[in-house]
Amino acid sequence: MIRTEKLNFEYEDGSFKLDNINIKIKDGEFVVIIGHNGSGKSTLAKLFNGIYLPSSGKIYINKMDTSDEKLIWEIRKSAGMIFQNPDNQIVATIVEDDVAFGPENLAVPREEIRVRVDKSLEIVGMKEYMVKPTTSLSGGQKQRVAIAGILAMHPRCIVLDEPTAMLDPIGRRDVMKTIHKLNKEENITIVHITHFMNEAIDADRIIVMDNGKIIMEGTPKEIFSRVDDVRELGLDVPQVTLLAHMLKNEGIDIEVDIIKIDEMVERLCQLK
Amino acid sequence: MSIKIENLSYIYDEGMPFETIAVNNISLSIEQGEFIGLIGHTGSGKSTLIQTINGLLKPSKGKVFINEIDLTSKKVKKSVIRKKVGLVFQYPEYQLFEETIYKDIAFGPKNLNLKVDEIDIRVREAMRLVGLDFELLNNVSPFELSGGQKRRVAIAGVLAMNPEILILDEPTAGLDPKGRDEILSQIKLLNKEKGVTIVLVSHSMEDVAKLVDRLIVLDKGEKILDGDVRTVFKEYELLTSIGLGVPQVTELINKLSLRGFNIDKTVLNLNEAKDVIIQCLGSAKND
Repeated sequence: MIRTEKLNFEYEDGSFKLDNINIKIKDGEFVVIIGHNGSGKSTLAKLFNGIYLPSSGKIYINKMDTSDEKLIWEIRKSAGMIFQNPDNQIVATIVEDDVAFGPENLAVPREEIRVRVDKSLEIVGMKEYMVKPTTSLSGGQKQRVAIAGILAMHPRCIVLDEPTAMLDPIGRRDVMKTIHKLNKEENITIVHITHFMNEAIDADRIIVMDNGKIIMEGTPKEIFSRVDDVRELGLDVPQVTLLAHMLKNEGIDIEVDIIKIDEMVERLCQLK
Repeated sequence: MSIKIENLSYIYDEGMPFETIAVNNISLSIEQGEFIGLIGHTGSGKSTLIQTINGLLKPSKGKVFINEIDLTSKKVKKSVIRKKVGLVFQYPEYQLFEETIYKDIAFGPKNLNLKVDEIDIRVREAMRLVGLDFELLNNVSPFELSGGQKRRVAIAGVLAMNPEILILDEPTAGLDPKGRDEILSQIKLLNKEKGVTIVLVSHSMEDVAKLVDRLIVLDKGEKILDGDVRTVFKEYELLTSIGLGVPQVTELINKLSLRGFNIDKTVLNLNEAKDVIIQCLGSAKND
């Protein structure tokens, strides 16, 4: 779905670089990108849908080269983007108008738009808010409406840049549920950028960035069990993973790649 | 500096069809030097409550006292209160506006008509407190900084007013784990070193578990829990039922208890969790 080849990127003022990024993200994969502020995650995300263009190297979205100007609209249609601040991505005053904005701009026929808007709002669980003013929504609801707006353009992939950073626990949970549902039920490829490590534990794969480079890649278990490496980078690991390490050091026979609370509970019950 | 709130209610659009009771009959008192965590999900009344503490909002009913001064009285000069009660809003970096970090931090003290020397002392001290290098950064534009550093500048701007009470509304939202830990440890230091009374609004149960002495929990405008952190987090079912969580370790311990572990449920941090688990496993083996 997404492939980069020797991708390099430098801002015009030379302030930041992405260095030789080679990524392959498969169709239907759920990939989480983590890294501290300034590690290059968001820059990479903006390269994925052609907001930025590579300084050298290539990015292919669904086999389309993002530096090919003729393809840019087709690329943005297949790779939608969600940003951090819910208030910055709502354009209309009524929920259904907001969701219709994308397909309208793609010149989708009116009847078809209606169908897409209904379906999209249903998928994100916001159908009952269809004719509500967008200003009356909570942050989490706004993010889900923004996701519906992307869905209405029938994307193959959604790139989410810290979509839950500004939300409260309930909003966060609902948005994460929605993203997983899109991945499982609609087979949409997800690239999710986050600082919350517990949002990463259900991913198929985690990519860790530091200083404009990819420095680790693997399943959540592979990444988080390298507790010291991850913390060295200024990132967290799930509390239960830390606990597993501490117990192991105390001589308890426990796996160090435990990343979920329920796993830990099961293991400890076996040990008891 | 102490805060006392008596039967406080705040009603938006009172008497209108869309009247909403944001804060409903809350009473509480906070002593000088306390470090308080204020939690509750969106719409629980946290933001409304903190805005009444520095006089930004006037309560519909009830009273707010800062050091025995009644904020609701007409005679009280709001400027005096705002000097004493510093409020750091969410995403305070959006409020930066000056061309250098120095000027931005000095803006508040300057408006207090302080002497140049005094302003200089305050700016240096505020930058030290938030961990910004004065020599390196005072002449730099705040807009050239990273998100975490911008936020420090904004917090320094409030600190330069020398507040005796500091209220922070989710000061770590959107920061990476390292930036979060740095800001939180500096807030803790302020409380310890300078005795500043702190009210920290947060969604992160792990953070409040690590930092605060006492937790106040709001739900639908009402105060439903108020006590030391351990006692509050013992209310696992209640907290989860109102959409809040407990720290991951607390959840783990509660789940273990449900599965028949005879375990101390007031565990707050990893070290304690490790100890009680080892204890349980050890005693199971000895049986």
